[in-house]
Amino acid sequence: MAHVWRMIAQRLALGLLTLFVVSIIIFGATELLPGDFAQAVLGQAATPEAVANIRRELGLDQPVYMRYFDWLFGVLQGDFGTSLAQRGRPVTDMILSRLGNTFFLAIYAAAMAVPLALTLGVLVALWRNSLFDRIANSTALSAISFPEFFVAYILIFVLAQSGYFPSMARMPAGADLGEKLYRAFLPALTLTLVVTAHMMRMTRAAIINLLASPYIEMARLKGMRQSRVIVHHALPNAIAPIANVVAINLAYLITGVVVVEVVFVYPGLGQLMVDSVSRRDIPVVQAIALIFAAAYVLLNLTADVISTLSNPRLLYRK
Amino acid sequence: MTLLMFFVWLAVVIAVSIALAWGFRAVATAVTQGEMQRALRNAPLTAAFGMLVIFVYLVVAILAPMIAPFPEREVVGSQFMPWSAEHWLGTDALGRDMFSRMIYGTRNTVGIAFATTALAFLIGSVFGLLAATVGGWLDQGLSRLVDVMMAIPSLIFALLLLTIFGTSVITLIMVIAVIDSTRVFRLSRAVAEGVVVMDYIEAARLRGEGLVYLITREILPNVTAPLVAEFGLRFCFVFLSISALSFLGLGIQPPTADWGSMVRENATLITFGDITPLLPAGAIALLTVAVNFVVDWQLYRASGLKE
Amino acid sequence: MSNLPRTPGITRRGLMKSAGAIGAAGLILPASYRKAMAEPKRGGTFRIGFGHGNTTDSLNPALWDQAFVQVLGNTMHNYLTVIGPDGQLEPELAESWEASADAATWTFKLREGVTFHDGKDVVADDVIASLNHHRGEDSASAAAPIVEAITDIRADGDHVVVITLEAGDADFPFILSDYHLPILPAEDGRIDFNRGIGCGGYILESFEPGVDAHFTRNPDYWKSDRAWFDRVELYAILDSAARQNALITGEVDVIDRPDLNTIHMLERAGVNIISVSGTQHYTFAMDSRADPFSNNHVRLALKYGVNRQQMVDTILSGFGVVGNDHPIGRSNRFHADDLEEREFDPDRARHHLREAGLDSLTVDLSAADAAFAGAVDAAVLFSESAAQAGITINPVREPSDGYWSNVWMVKPFSAVYWGGRPTEDWMFSTAFAAGAPWNDGFWEHERFEELLRAARSELDEDLRAEMYFEMQQIVRDEGAIVIPMFSDYVMATADNVMTPDQIGANTTLDGVRATERWWFA
Repeated sequence: MAHVWRMIAQRLALGLLTLFVVSIIIFGATELLPGDFAQAVLGQAATPEAVANIRRELGLDQPVYMRYFDWLFGVLQGDFGTSLAQRGRPVTDMILSRLGNTFFLAIYAAAMAVPLALTLGVLVALWRNSLFDRIANSTALSAISFPEFFVAYILIFVLAQSGYFPSMARMPAGADLGEKLYRAFLPALTLTLVVTAHMMRMTRAAIINLLASPYIEMARLKGMRQSRVIVHHALPNAIAPIANVVAINLAYLITGVVVVEVVFVYPGLGQLMVDSVSRRDIPVVQAIALIFAAAYVLLNLTADVISTLSNPRLLYRK
Repeated sequence: MTLLMFFVWLAVVIAVSIALAWGFRAVATAVTQGEMQRALRNAPLTAAFGMLVIFVYLVVAILAPMIAPFPEREVVGSQFMPWSAEHWLGTDALGRDMFSRMIYGTRNTVGIAFATTALAFLIGSVFGLLAATVGGWLDQGLSRLVDVMMAIPSLIFALLLLTIFGTSVITLIMVIAVIDSTRVFRLSRAVAEGVVVMDYIEAARLRGEGLVYLITREILPNVTAPLVAEFGLRFCFVFLSISALSFLGLGIQPPTADWGSMVRENATLITFGDITPLLPAGAIALLTVAVNFVVDWQLYRASGLKE
Repeated sequence: MSNLPRTPGITRRGLMKSAGAIGAAGLILPASYRKAMAEPKRGGTFRIGFGHGNTTDSLNPALWDQAFVQVLGNTMHNYLTVIGPDGQLEPELAESWEASADAATWTFKLREGVTFHDGKDVVADDVIASLNHHRGEDSASAAAPIVEAITDIRADGDHVVVITLEAGDADFPFILSDYHLPILPAEDGRIDFNRGIGCGGYILESFEPGVDAHFTRNPDYWKSDRAWFDRVELYAILDSAARQNALITGEVDVIDRPDLNTIHMLERAGVNIISVSGTQHYTFAMDSRADPFSNNHVRLALKYGVNRQQMVDTILSGFGVVGNDHPIGRSNRFHADDLEEREFDPDRARHHLREAGLDSLTVDLSAADAAFAGAVDAAVLFSESAAQAGITINPVREPSDGYWSNVWMVKPFSAVYWGGRPTEDWMFSTAFAAGAPWNDGFWEHERFEELLRAARSELDEDLRAEMYFEMQQIVRDEGAIVIPMFSDYVMATADNVMTPDQIGANTTLDGVRATERWWFA
């Protein structure tokens, strides 16, 4: 077990380094984008004088590295700065409610998608090459080859226009959990359809991959039932790849859902990020990028810990 | 009632697909010989169906100007004309022939998706295998770099890069390929790590074989299967990336026809029950299913499972 | 609305469109319709879905740009003047005004007894602080250029404001109706917009940028026949399909910018389409300093190479009228009705190309949907029609992100959106005057400048009309802007939303005053 703790500590340290580099890349990339906040916010109405004045007011006329270090020192002291657009409003305050929404939707979708994908994955591995396998596979593949917004539109047409679910997933203040679940059902379902196929196929592949191993042959030769072989012998050894693909998809549910947010008018972090990028509101972009990167790092770490714990050989490695 | 009709149609479609696949396999077995013929004869019908679809797409892509009744970009009618004898699938929002654009779309979309995926695999697997084989600082450096890149959401990363570098087809291919290659890198490195500790690699090292030999002759053949499986899915994710980018206002330059953008352009129609956008979306889905059927078959052959 | 008799063959949309097209400043509804909804009444929660709204929106009027914040401003604030539904200027916080003989000094008398939401009286100091917010050397306001001509503002007692201009401007009171210039309470000579206090018909309750804004009715509002709703909610719904579905499924009562491509289907889904023809126009700006656009024959060749009717039919789905290469709309006071309409004519385009000494012409046309909805498609259509005249136009899709700072007025040939201006002078000075910051053709014309200055301070309407006619002709024949279409303001409403007889044509949503002027059946 000490090995696992050491790994976690080491990975967390590396994770911090990753966050640092991500912040430099995002800052640099936003800096390289043509135009800055002053031009973006004035848009078509920009005049050189107004642009210069806004830059001066916000300190955008400082050299790049100065602004980055200012930001970095702030972050090290726990201060993520204030948004350029909502002057005086701390970034953390802007992000907090949206962060909650993003996690809510991700957890909601994951709660539907992960059990569904794993169950289907085991079933299609069990009945591989049967008609069920083919149909489940084709359906899943068709589902992921439809763009998210398109899946969303189809669901709106079928489930929202008939009045079963609302087409807008806006979250009124003070809504209780039941209402939240009801209002966010369509976006969660869309995401479920989008991520299930990937996880299901990987589960199937991971299990089938093991079926040719000698110890499985052995179990079968002993006359063990197919379903028992898969659930008791193949599945435990397939946990590592499955945990990995689940982690990737969970990270996607947190960081990659801007399109679904736009279609369902769901106030999550993705849209805030894209908006802030397009307006060059760097403190907000940076903060969200750090959240996304941290989510990715932590989920990956969790997947690796689970893989290690699931494999005694890794666990007791010297 | 409608549900019943749906299942009847589904059954008809499946039956026709099976018949077509069977026919295709028969023809393919007849015109090939040797090892290939043997493989084809044992191919499941799904794989035959996949190959048939890919074959048809290739033919359409290559012969697009000869098949399409109208030019790709010319306005030939008024806006949103219904399906008719002249315009088989009607016209689009600008009055261009939908059927012709679907056909030209095959060429552009499949071309771009293939180029992107191939490039992503080239970059990703070369570096992934190198990292696993050489190890040490190279491995650490590359892995950390990839970690950083993967920690940035790919859509937003693509958005940033495309805004900085412009949106020509070449940049589009490069940007999506580089971002996608990080996934390929991780996979190939992970799989190769399992292989490099094998005794035969150790033996080859002791024989004094060079790095290139090790990678191409000893490691690559043993890591192809999972890479191929990944290829099938990555291929389809390229369409999705293009489509999502065009949702956010980037994507392929007009008036080039590509399915991802065509879905986007017509998507609103679906919320009124008009099935037009299902055509390009269906074309993508069919190709994805077909590619993955073939991939599944190859995987199955590679896995050594006999049953 | 439900008791409105449906005349066979004429839909409401048909009526409204023709009303706009014949050149009325606003929109005149048929008599029967007018009677059916003559009695506005109070109550209800009015919800609007916008095709705009950004997480970087703010309460700072100096940075307002699109319809969401414009409506937000007009819902919670009042202005000195307001453009009425008929296009005429109406008094709001300014009860009356008068100009000096040279139209360079203006005296505004403020309405007495108007209070802000916090109970404070609206006085001259508030007006001065609110206007000064946009003025001066260190102004960071998008409205800086339009208040640039003001040299001095001073109070004369609590309820009189005297404004001095650097030169005469007969249309100056129109400027004060601009959506950037609401009146906010002053504290020590400055305004604090973040407090969210105004003197308009509704009190701001909450504002989440890029998401929504909520208001309740102002019980002390000085207008008794306006602001009928109990509550107002504004929602940003950027995706057009989502917006239309929000209306169909009853999540909102009104949407702006419905997707014109599918509007016939939306109509079938049982909602009302309101379409008003105004000053909004879509253009292709050529940099007249750069070759080949420096040659007027090349510019004319391109102007003859665009199929205007086809653009109106496809890009606007018929919700608009063809443009005549000048920016004055049919609803403007001094629109030159007699000026010949320019038609698509490949032969004349070729002729002008030859005159320019060219056999063929190849140019890149930059566009993005940020320029206007369908701009990329419009560029494709332009390239198709110009091809018939031997002109090769390569449509270039630019990123929407940063379009206005990186493409517009940077690339030599680009698609542009213009909301238009209520007065000829305002429009011409903004986009055609030599050296004006938004002169996107980088165009200069001696005679035009002369006329512009003369017309501005001219108080004789007939003389002014003559001058503006000549300017329209000059811009049409020598200007650097292709103006193929004027786009209607299109909105879709639920059945129970009632509108007055006449709807403002100066901008979308009844001159962005829908929350104040509309009511529920």
